[in-house]
Amino acid sequence: MNTNELVRKSVEYRRKILKYIVGANAGHTGGSLSCIDVLNVLYNNVLNVSPETAKSPTRDRYIQSKGHTVEALYVVLADQGFFPESDLETLCQYKSHYIGHPTKKINGVEQNTGSLGHGLSLSVGTAISAKLDDLDFRVFTLLGDGELPEGSNWEAALLASHYKLDNLCAIVDKNTLQISGPTADVCNTDPLDDKFDAFGWAVRHVDGHDFDALQAAFDALPFQAGKPSLIIAHTVKGKGVSFMENQLKWHHGVPNPAQYEQAMSELI
Amino acid sequence: MGDVITTTSATYLANLDVFSGTLQKLAATNRNLLVVTSDSRGSGKLVPFAQNYPKQLIEVGIAEQNLVGVAAGLASTGKNVFAVSPACFLTARSFEQIKTDVAYSNNPVRLVGISAGVSYGALGSTHHSLHDFAALRAVNNLTIVAPADNFESEQAIRQAAELDTPIYIRFGKKPMPLLTEANCPFELGKGRLVRQGDDLVLIATGETVYPALQAARHLDNVHGIQASVVSMHTIKPLDYELLARVAAKGSPIVTVEEHSIFGGLGEACASFLMSNGYRNPFRIMGIPDEYTVTGSQTEIMDHYGLSESGIADRALALLNNQS
Repeated sequence: MNTNELVRKSVEYRRKILKYIVGANAGHTGGSLSCIDVLNVLYNNVLNVSPETAKSPTRDRYIQSKGHTVEALYVVLADQGFFPESDLETLCQYKSHYIGHPTKKINGVEQNTGSLGHGLSLSVGTAISAKLDDLDFRVFTLLGDGELPEGSNWEAALLASHYKLDNLCAIVDKNTLQISGPTADVCNTDPLDDKFDAFGWAVRHVDGHDFDALQAAFDALPFQAGKPSLIIAHTVKGKGVSFMENQLKWHHGVPNPAQYEQAMSELI
Repeated sequence: MGDVITTTSATYLANLDVFSGTLQKLAATNRNLLVVTSDSRGSGKLVPFAQNYPKQLIEVGIAEQNLVGVAAGLASTGKNVFAVSPACFLTARSFEQIKTDVAYSNNPVRLVGISAGVSYGALGSTHHSLHDFAALRAVNNLTIVAPADNFESEQAIRQAAELDTPIYIRFGKKPMPLLTEANCPFELGKGRLVRQGDDLVLIATGETVYPALQAARHLDNVHGIQASVVSMHTIKPLDYELLARVAAKGSPIVTVEEHSIFGGLGEACASFLMSNGYRNPFRIMGIPDEYTVTGSQTEIMDHYGLSESGIADRALALLNNQS
């Protein structure tokens, strides 16, 4: 997709995220809106995975460590044809497979996540397997900035550079807010770039809502041969809806009818 | 009466040695087999494996959470993965990775807890795994196994390698006498009746099966009491059919395990028996709810009665209460 198409696609995705969150009366609104542009570029222009290749041993893997923003993933997977979008009308409903975190019961989902600090280890194992078998698939994982204090992330970060996993790319959705407040106040993890650099990663910063910048970053992978790559995507929680942007209460807020109407009027 | 299967007097190995030897045999023909370790190749007796199959051993360093997450990622790509770490750390430090990355995501990792129970003896409670059955029994989609002898150990590993669902196997490091001849079948999920008798039933698992069998022999020789002995190597799924069979005549039942008395083999058996109308006199033998006495594995086991004489005494007391 070209930039204009990506722009239009993200508007469509944001509208659907809100639609299904309102339908379910539940969801992680702010984070889904912050990471959706990253997912848009990944699934439409980067990952070599499709419903036809969903079980192929050589497919690229996307593992969403910040599982709570599953609405963004569901909307993108439906758009890619992994399942009918109408399935999302059952989101979080009694007996639905579409629960509030990713599970492998949903076609296209690689791993069950939801507890934070798990995606990077899973991705490291998957990337090691590719190296062992000389397969050229790549592994992408999306981390929240709020989940980085989980120690398992740093265990995995160490091992990724130890095994020189340049087929691994982690993206941090750095929207700077978590459920209790600004990430810098809850448990400051900055400077992230220095930390990952010290752990042996090649790091780039990118505006997580700038499609050209995201595309350029993904095109440049690996940033350095023999090193895992980290993209620090600077994003805005609640991006695209004026009254949700950078507002803590929209971490998992659900719009009321008037708010939904206003949000949709902005997303055109 | 007497033993269904006779024991032999071969040279006995620690079950852990059999585990590592079996892995080498499997690795020779299965390049897809991987061992993932957390600086535990020495204690896991895996140094020869590492030397012979260096490309099939993934070292993650002392990082058990990452060990299990990485193993799950490897398994998701079709690798035949054995994640090996001391049972105490594997099942506590990385409990959530077992729950989520292995069991919930159904990544068929073979989790191997080495030096289980009180194998580490005087190293103390940090190194004891007396909680693993209890913790893992509550995790859906996970088979739990404690082989009793070298034969069961090799069979457990071979069958685990063929499973497409997650499994946890714990091994001790003490040489274990054989319970049976190799023609006695071993099947995951099916307990083994290693001795048959109508007066009493001893149900044990892992390294406590052998002292339970010795206790049964003692009770026969000294008191003329005929005891059945079950090696309940698979804690979950529990062999309800065998349990119902040995409980059918109402004989007293004693369970024996190198585990907390809470949440392990004994309570699993009790739950089934009570829920299905069996009212056999019943006792659970294990480690009481305390930090263990200092000592070697044998000394600790003896202290808490998990020995030939301790089991025999408990069984006699139960039989006498009954009469």
